[in-house]
Amino acid sequence: MKNLKALLAVSVWVFMGEAQADYALNLTEGVTELSRDIYDLHMLIFWICVAIGVLVYGILIYSLVKFRKSKGAVAADFHENTKVEVLWTVIPFLILMAMAIPATKVMLNVYDVSGADMSIKVTGYQWKWRYEYLDDGLDFFSSLDAKSNEARQTNSGINPADVPNYLLEVDHPLVVPTGKKIRFLFTGGDVIHSWWVPDLGWKKDTIPGFITDGWTRIEKPGIYRGQCTELCGRDHGFMPIVIIAKPEAEYKQWVAEQKKALGHAETEPAAPPAAQAPDAHSAPAEAVASAAAVSGEDKSDVMAEGQKVYETHCASCHQANGEGISGLFPAIKGSKVVNGPVSDHISLVVNGKPPLMASFKNILKPEEVAAVITYQRNSFGNNTGDVVHASDVLAHH
Amino acid sequence: MSVTALHDDHHDHGPAKGFMRWVTTTNHKDIGTLYLLTSLVMFMVGGAMALVIRAELFEPGMQFVDPLFFNSMTTLHALIMVFGAVMPAFAGLANWMIPMMIGAPDMALPRLNNWSFWLLPFAAVMLVSTLFMDGGAAAAGWTLYPPLVLQTGAALPFTIFTVHILGVSSILAAINIIVTILNMRAPGMTLMKMPLFVWTWLITAFLLVAIMPVFAGAVTMLLTDKFFGTSFFNAAGGGDPVLYQHLFWFFGHPEVYVLILPSFGIVSQIIPTFSRKTLFGYSSMVYATASIGFLSFIVWAHHQYTVGMPIEGELYFTYATMLIAVPTGVKVFNWLSTMWRGSLTFEAPMLWAIAFVVLFTMGGFTGLMMSISPADLQYHDTYFIVAHFHYVLVSGAVFAIIAGVYYWLPKWTGRMYDEKLAALHFWLTVISVNVCFFPQHFLGLAGMPRRIPDYALQFAEFNAWSSVGAFIFGFSQLILCYIVVRAMKGEGEHATDEVWEGAHEHGLEWQLPSPAPYHTWEHSPHIH
Repeated sequence: MKNLKALLAVSVWVFMGEAQADYALNLTEGVTELSRDIYDLHMLIFWICVAIGVLVYGILIYSLVKFRKSKGAVAADFHENTKVEVLWTVIPFLILMAMAIPATKVMLNVYDVSGADMSIKVTGYQWKWRYEYLDDGLDFFSSLDAKSNEARQTNSGINPADVPNYLLEVDHPLVVPTGKKIRFLFTGGDVIHSWWVPDLGWKKDTIPGFITDGWTRIEKPGIYRGQCTELCGRDHGFMPIVIIAKPEAEYKQWVAEQKKALGHAETEPAAPPAAQAPDAHSAPAEAVASAAAVSGEDKSDVMAEGQKVYETHCASCHQANGEGISGLFPAIKGSKVVNGPVSDHISLVVNGKPPLMASFKNILKPEEVAAVITYQRNSFGNNTGDVVHASDVLAHH
Repeated sequence: MSVTALHDDHHDHGPAKGFMRWVTTTNHKDIGTLYLLTSLVMFMVGGAMALVIRAELFEPGMQFVDPLFFNSMTTLHALIMVFGAVMPAFAGLANWMIPMMIGAPDMALPRLNNWSFWLLPFAAVMLVSTLFMDGGAAAAGWTLYPPLVLQTGAALPFTIFTVHILGVSSILAAINIIVTILNMRAPGMTLMKMPLFVWTWLITAFLLVAIMPVFAGAVTMLLTDKFFGTSFFNAAGGGDPVLYQHLFWFFGHPEVYVLILPSFGIVSQIIPTFSRKTLFGYSSMVYATASIGFLSFIVWAHHQYTVGMPIEGELYFTYATMLIAVPTGVKVFNWLSTMWRGSLTFEAPMLWAIAFVVLFTMGGFTGLMMSISPADLQYHDTYFIVAHFHYVLVSGAVFAIIAGVYYWLPKWTGRMYDEKLAALHFWLTVISVNVCFFPQHFLGLAGMPRRIPDYALQFAEFNAWSSVGAFIFGFSQLILCYIVVRAMKGEGEHATDEVWEGAHEHGLEWQLPSPAPYHTWEHSPHIH
């Protein structure tokens, strides 16, 4: 009995909670047509469940009170009633049929990616996202911001409450225009991830070797946050998604700024030919700018660049100290590959080792690969003295 | 003559003495006891892992464990609870009760029975030992999805081998149960007179025989992908990672009914006894169970609404899944009607059975919500689904098992449990289970993904509640251990043969002495 009362109390609390908008007890209505339709479906089926629940729990509570032996209840002798049994089979069936109609309509709309104004390709990596704007030519990685990353280390001593948007902030957010139909293409770079921003109303798995899609048309400018929702390894909990939706004019301006920064990098006199590599990413622009310095053949510059690349792309598995994780991620320190022939090392980084390690051919530019290999071969106690050049890397492409 | 003499000789044998009794036993009651005790131990081991998870999630920030170890905990917690706790508990109850309920002297294949049990502890030990291997235990979730699971270290082949052994054990137990039920019923015990627990186990056993080989095949394909250069699940070699998900859930969805159908059976035994009425709608209960069993095979991809199936597939699986609500509803309505105009008393088994009906129905509602595929695009892989499956598996399957233990413990041991202590156990558990899992509905709807070791600040309060509930829940189960051990040691009041008032009308087992002798129904009872 007590637990029933408690349950009722909690349900009342749920409904009251709904009135308080900022206290998150319920699904978000979101900012798109799809998210609102899905919210409506959610509330419809919720209220159907509540109605059935009131009936079922009502009858149960009535029985528990009324038919107690201690109150002198004597058992009746009946054990079937065809009419009632048919009714409680048919009525739920009809309710479900009624639910299936709106559900089908919404699902058909979710799947209708036709007539998109622009397309963005999203690739899930351990543990970051890559966004490629197929129409505007932008291409960058988005990972957990430095403050959250520092605070989330075991016993970091940093109070998460002191970190703005703890675990829901990234270094390079996805900027999109409002009012445009955006088609997303999803794929995975290593394992399966899932891209979810609740305000858009859906999530989609990113599957290596396959492309899935989805669409949105964001109606309100704002910042919308989400997370990876398919277990993808050690740092699954640490690859958030941040979307900044801007009116079209502001979005265009943002694109222009990004391109300008990129253009600067490409007109640097020392820029190597590889800067035009087909999949070279353009933002963060500063990475491109510093990559240009690699061709200077100054080993300390190369090492600095290599360290930067290592920390962004390698350290999540092989660890910042180069010692890896025993049994899972090999150590760079004292590694046979790193201390062996250069070409084997380059080949491993360029081609990857599916499904354990992504191919970096399309993730890093050749000079970045060269820098990080140089760094690995001359750090963590490795001391080969080798300096690798972008041209060595290109030979493996 | 000599045959008769030998037979009589055999009659006087009690169980053998000492440790070897348990190693070599072919007695269904001994094996039932072994299964149940193993299950209790694994329930505690899996529970301890859950408490590691809830301790880490008590507040934001990483305090205790590495994220990778956290993932191993969620993976092993699920595997151990499913394969080490709930399934063996049902096998234990089946061993003890099915022969007694159908008037058979033992299981049909007693030596096979011994083997199917003894595979289990070795598999369990091997699974737990993977924690100490290079690279740690599997950390890709109990679903073992590739490509992620292929990143497991030395533990991978051992985890897969564990699955194989557990699969063999389950298949053997299931075959034994089918053969026993179909061949060993006392004269007059027609199929449609069998107790519901026997019926639900018969259907469950068929499910097990059908699905375990699929699971074993799928994990074997993982093994060859990892070590023998095949590309079943590797797109670069022409394979498809999603193929694994289809294979897994073709096993996995019937598997979740393996975990719940025997619960339906137990509750269908208990509610009539304490309502002092016959079960309402017996035949519709049987048909509903059979339909749920059938439907379980054709709805698997509702676990994969987000993988990008063709729209036709998405809609088909939506409609098929929604249908499951119909037979499940029938069951709940039948239980309610059984209580209606009954004469109810609230001994421990009934308390647990009522809590089962209430809380399982809650899990049913969230299940119905998730069948609506567009809405599931939001719910999928969030704490909403964590709440859902813990409502159906903890306050569903586990509650039913505990109900069954309280119901039959006096018959097994000849001793009554302490009703006050049992009531304390019940109320602590039923309140804490809700404190633990109810807030998880809110967490999921508010956007918290499952299987994350740390979370954003807006999820802090409900996670703290959930952790407090989990710890109270976990430690409350020590009361259950105490009650069981006490009865096994022969302490407490003597139970009558009937145990529960009027129980002799509710099954053959209540016509036997308490405790049930080592050999029962050597002469078949006559069923009217």
